[in-house]
Amino acid sequence: MSIPNSGQRTLDREYLPVRAKILEIAASLDRVERAEGSPADDARWQRLRAALEIVFQQGLNRTEQLQLHFSRPYDELWREEWDI
Amino acid sequence: MNCGAKSGTFSLARSFVYYIDPHIHMVSRTTDDYLTLAKMGCVAVSEPAFWAGYDRRSADGFRDYFEQLTSFESQRAAAYGIQHFTWLCINAKEAENVSLSREVIAMIPEFLDRAGVLGIGEIGLNKNTRNEATIFLEHLDLAMKTDEQILIHTPHLEDKYQGTRMILNMLTDDSRINRSRVLVDHVEEHTVRWVLEAGFWAGMTLYPVSKCTPERAVDMIEQYGPERLLVNSAGDWGPSKPTAVPDFILEMRRRRHDEQTIRRVVYENPVEFFSQSRNFAFTPPEALQIAER
Repeated sequence: MSIPNSGQRTLDREYLPVRAKILEIAASLDRVERAEGSPADDARWQRLRAALEIVFQQGLNRTEQLQLHFSRPYDELWREEWDI
Repeated sequence: MNCGAKSGTFSLARSFVYYIDPHIHMVSRTTDDYLTLAKMGCVAVSEPAFWAGYDRRSADGFRDYFEQLTSFESQRAAAYGIQHFTWLCINAKEAENVSLSREVIAMIPEFLDRAGVLGIGEIGLNKNTRNEATIFLEHLDLAMKTDEQILIHTPHLEDKYQGTRMILNMLTDDSRINRSRVLVDHVEEHTVRWVLEAGFWAGMTLYPVSKCTPERAVDMIEQYGPERLLVNSAGDWGPSKPTAVPDFILEMRRRRHDEQTIRRVVYENPVEFFSQSRNFAFTPPEALQIAER
């Protein structure tokens, strides 16, 4: 399917909203680290840090990769294991 | 394309678009919402049975709910010129109670010939448990024995990918199922491809904080095309926005998609999918206007 907007026009639209979202993320991370008690060992904290690395990967499917990063895995043999 | 004279500007207010919200829980919404939907061009809604926010304690509780869905709610919608359709089932959240679920499944056929009942839904998984899968399979069997269409709920957040793959596994393992008569709802970026490539219809739910946003829904339309894709608000008693489909229309226009593509997604696709149900007695708005003259 053709996409009517050019990359330049899309960037014109997206620049300020993306800038604002990045600042929100930074402020949220600062807030957590400023609070008493380090969350460094919390698996969710580590998952968020790994997610940010995915955001800055090159490629066109960052969103799908992030979704999978936050998902439980699928076991192809689930029906055999449950006998269902 | 109705672009403005100034470079980079365009008109958001183009021709009026009628739309259908294919998944919304109007029993949880106010009458003012019906008024707002009507003003925004909504001509029909389809309301799957779902969880009330608490577990119902008996099959009679479901009988009363199905009565509401198939009688009072359609009258409430009609007062605003909106045609109301519905789907019946016991929701996955309540499927942990297998004996109650079986009582409800046995009772559903009493309602299947009522006006506006499109099929079995929204069945599915919630936490991807063995009991949920058992009741999902029994709902599928009911739908096949009664020749009904199916509307499917996929789980939330970290359970969505696993649950969607489990659901697709159960669907594709049943050779009786006509995939073009099944809608798998609440797809996101990591599940939409699996659903479409298997030949099912896919629904994108536009929610304020979870599921999908109008912007990401348009992204998926651009990636996969408009075929077999629907958008809905799934408006209910929680944080949700019943006017989310018009938000999607606006985002499509902001990105300069043509009116034909927009109409296909928000109106023609739901009509095409629902038309496979014997109880979809839909009157197009154009026909209503002629009849009123």
